[in-house]
This record gives sequence, structure tokens and C-alpha cells, in this order.
Amino acid sequence: MADLNTLTIAEARDALRKGDVTALELTEACLSQIEGAGALNAFVHHTPDIAREQARAADTRIKAGDAPAMCGIPLGIKDLFCTKGVPSQAASRILEGFKPEYESTVTQNLFDAGAIMLGKLNMDEFAMGSSNETSVYGNAVNPWRRGNDDAALTPGGSSGGSASAVAADLCLAATGTDTGGSIRQPAAFTGITGIKPTYGRCSRWGVVAFASSLDQAGPMTKSVRDAAIMLSAMCSHDPKDSTSADFPVPDFEAALTGDIKGKVIGIPKEYRMEGMPAEIEQLWADGTAMLKAAGAEIRDISLPHTKYALPAYYVIAPAEASSNLARYDGVRYGHRAKLAQGDGITEMYEKTRAEGFGHEVQRRVMVGTYVLSAGFYDAYYNRARRVRALIKRDFDQAFDAGVDAILTPATPSAAFGLGEMKDADPVQMYLNDVFTVTVNLAGLPGISVPAGIDTQGLPLGLQLIGRPWEEGDLLNTAYALETAAGFVAKPGKWW
Amino acid sequence: MSIDRETAAKVAKLARIRVTEDALPALAEEFNTILGFIEQLNEVDVEGIEPMTSVTPMRLKRREDVVTDGNQQAKILSNAPDAREGFFAVPKVVE
Repeated sequence: MADLNTLTIAEARDALRKGDVTALELTEACLSQIEGAGALNAFVHHTPDIAREQARAADTRIKAGDAPAMCGIPLGIKDLFCTKGVPSQAASRILEGFKPEYESTVTQNLFDAGAIMLGKLNMDEFAMGSSNETSVYGNAVNPWRRGNDDAALTPGGSSGGSASAVAADLCLAATGTDTGGSIRQPAAFTGITGIKPTYGRCSRWGVVAFASSLDQAGPMTKSVRDAAIMLSAMCSHDPKDSTSADFPVPDFEAALTGDIKGKVIGIPKEYRMEGMPAEIEQLWADGTAMLKAAGAEIRDISLPHTKYALPAYYVIAPAEASSNLARYDGVRYGHRAKLAQGDGITEMYEKTRAEGFGHEVQRRVMVGTYVLSAGFYDAYYNRARRVRALIKRDFDQAFDAGVDAILTPATPSAAFGLGEMKDADPVQMYLNDVFTVTVNLAGLPGISVPAGIDTQGLPLGLQLIGRPWEEGDLLNTAYALETAAGFVAKPGKWW
Repeated sequence: MSIDRETAAKVAKLARIRVTEDALPALAEEFNTILGFIEQLNEVDVEGIEPMTSVTPMRLKRREDVVTDGNQQAKILSNAPDAREGFFAVPKVVE
């Protein structure tokens, strides 16, 4: 058998059930890989004791014979998820020392299914970033490099640690979260699969909030099948999240037939951006041809408000963040600044938040404060919400006209170098999410599938966007694309 | 719409984030870059379009108005930077 840490969830599940391997062996294999992968800075809190205890419990359950698919599967958990008794900091200084007294619903669902937590994963602070460079833990590093160039590349963000850990086989899969592309962009940058389900599929309870109307959790995995298996285990109706959907959760893996004959795939002309690298354009054309060859009908479509998605997002997301992050006041948890003689409560708030929040988070909280302030609420916030309604309407109209899924590039480039965007203005960094952010605004499911390698040897991803609540159908289309693309490349081990 | 350093200082104050005097000009410039980008939204005809309140057309669930939780004082205080005698402790609030 291959090195145990390199297995997919599906392979490990089958081996566990056959008795070829134990959960404890899988776990030890991953723990030793994590130990040797400090240079990637993917795991930022290690929980080997919890992992071994969960592994032993999983082995007992598997022996008893009715273990669910995720039983005994070692995972990495993004630091944004609250995990009981384990540091959960959202990669922020302001949550230093915070150990939740409760478990997020998504991690609880995974643990109930028998999954194992190896540790907590690096990310951008409060999930605000596209390169994992805003983390209090320092940069996570992409296991991929440009040929023989040893310059460190970003694994993307905000789920950069999750992407790096899965791509480097430190774990079998990881949880991520996606507010504007934070699962799909890092998945594309590291040659793995990542799906953001329909808004409401995964409970947001216990996930540190960034922008509540956009945030969704999802799996980051080595294959589409694994994404289907893990997503089924993460989703549930949860009375503790008022926007959680009260729909049954299908067995998404059962939807993977690979048959997409007669499916209508929309190609939106507005995603053909000026200055798009020729390689991305080619990848998109290749992906289109693959789906056509698999029997799908290709249809040119128009989503006319695409261009306004990013500016609308950069009103709505900071506005919601400024409200959500008001809770970090130095009173109930986390960091409190040392106060000077005579400092009152206002000084405590101001100094605590200046010390506890990094630069990007401060900037977004203040932009959010500004667009919600008296006199600007209508001009900025309400206008952005009206544009958001139009963006959603564009998708509704495409689906009403018979489109089953929409194919786009996942990112406008391959992974870039850490530090390369240092002198760029913030808007340049925001452009990373140009293809993904529309999906959050419209609440739709979207998946990034690795589909090719660029001339520098870096992975590139394609995105498929599906109808709301039809993740099964979307995953099946992604499965057909994955099969046709035949992406098997792995980063050479240098760490 | 251009943000000057006074406006930047006011926004920082509203957000309860201390920004030093010498950092204000750069902050104002960043705001202007971001707001300049957002200005594009003015090109869109939004006449007759309601602002989106919920991305999925679903009514928020209701539940019985009953106590479902509680009696967890120690757990709630366990992460406080300063807790005394069963309370969160803060600097003096009232003069």
C-alpha cells in the first residue's frame, strides 16, 4: 500500500473496512509527516493526543462493523472552527489564548462520524486575505514551486494552511471556509479539490464569523469523490444557526455516476477578463472541450453584472465584518491591552483592537464602519445590496433557461510568490477573487477542480457553479471533469 | 468622495481602533483607493430593485420563547482577560 498519509478518503475508508489498515496507523503516518513539515507552517496547533484517542475510538467502531465513511479519517481543521478545549484563534492576536468551551456544529458532525482531528490549520486573519499573509502565525507556504526555483509561493487564502496541508499529504483532507473564494482559490493554487456548498448547507454555528451572509464551510480534499464523502458528513440542519437549511442531506457520493450526457454547461462571456493569461484562457477552453466530449451541451451565456460583484462584495463583506468583529472588545475573551494610569473603557477598546487586529482586518473593519455610517448607508450599503440582488438574478435567469452548471476559471493566475504583492494596493489583492466572489453573493454552490499545469509547473483550477441545493449534480459534473482532465501531478517534496 | 485625515480619524474612532496621528494620511489614502473601486457601483441601474436581505428565499425559523441554556457562569468566564467574583471586570465606566 502507498504511504498511508497519501491515501484519499475513499481509499482509506475501503482499507479500514477491509482491515488492511487501522485508524491509529493512518493517524501516526500523518502525525509524523506533520512533524517534518514545519517549513510549510500549515499546522499551527497540534493535537496528537486528541488524534490518537479519536483513532482508538474509531478503530473500535470500525471493528464493530457499522462505521460511517468518515470514521477513522485523519483531518486538519481550519483555525476558524471553534474546537472545544483547543486553541481557536482565527489566526488573530486578538483571540490569543482563547479555548472554546464548545464545539462547532461542523466539527461535531465530523467527530460524530468518527473523523480524527490532527490539529488546527493556518489561515488569513479572520479569513480576510487571499494569500495567507495576514496570519498572526506567519505565512503558510505552498508545497508547489516554480520548477527548480526555490522561491516560496503562497498556497492562497484564506484557507491557505488547509490547502498546503492537503496538497503536501499531511492529512487526508481538511475543513475550509469560503466567504469570497477562500476554499476555491487556495484549492486551485495547490492542485486540490474544494467545494463551497449552497449557503445554508453547513451550519455556521461555532465558526468564527467574518461576513455572515456569505460565510460557508466546506471540504478541501484530494479528489471529487472525497469532497462528496466529506461534504455529506459536514452538512446538517442546525437549529443553532437560523440560516441553516432544513433540508435532508443527500448522499453526495451516490450522485457520482460520471454521466453528464445532455447536461447544459454555461460559459459566461463576462468571465473572459482583459489581460487574462493565455494559459488560463487555454485551460478554460480545454475544460469546455472535455465536458463537451463527455456528452454535455455547451452554451454561451451572459451574466451581465459580473463586473460589479467585487465592488459589491467590498461593501457588504466589510460592513458585516465591522459588525461581527465588534465583539472583540477585550472583555469576554482573548487579548486585552495593558492600560495606562487613568485609561477608561474607551481607551481599553481602542488599544485592545489596535494591538489585537492586524492591518488588513483593521482596514476592513474601518471600511465597513464607514459604509454603514450615517449619511453613507444608502449610497454604499443599500446600493451594494441592490446590486447583489441583480447578480443573483443573472444566475437565476441562466438556470431558468436550462443551464445545469457554469464553467469558469477558478483564479486569474497560478500561485504567486509570498511577498510579491507587498507593494500592490489592496484592490490588486482583492482581484484574486474575481471569479469566485459572485458565487458567494448569489449563495450558490461552487467547486474548484485541478485541471492543468502551467509552463512554470504550477497547478491551475477550473470552477463549476451549480444550482442551489444541487451539490450532488454539481459534484457529478466535477467528477466528469476530473476524470477527463486526469490531473495526477504532486509537488516534489522539498520540505 | 474623498476621505481626508479628519474623516479617517473619525472612522477609526467609530470603529474603536486607535490609529496614531502619523498613520492617518496613509490610511486615508487606502480608504480612497478602496472607495474609488466601490464607486463603480454607481454605474448600475438599480431602479426598482429591492436590497437583498436573504440570499435564499426562506423565512427565518421561529421557536418557543423558552430558556434552553444557562447556568454556565464558570464556562462563560473561563476565557475572560479579567474576571472577579463571578463577573467580567473592566476599567471604571461611570465618572
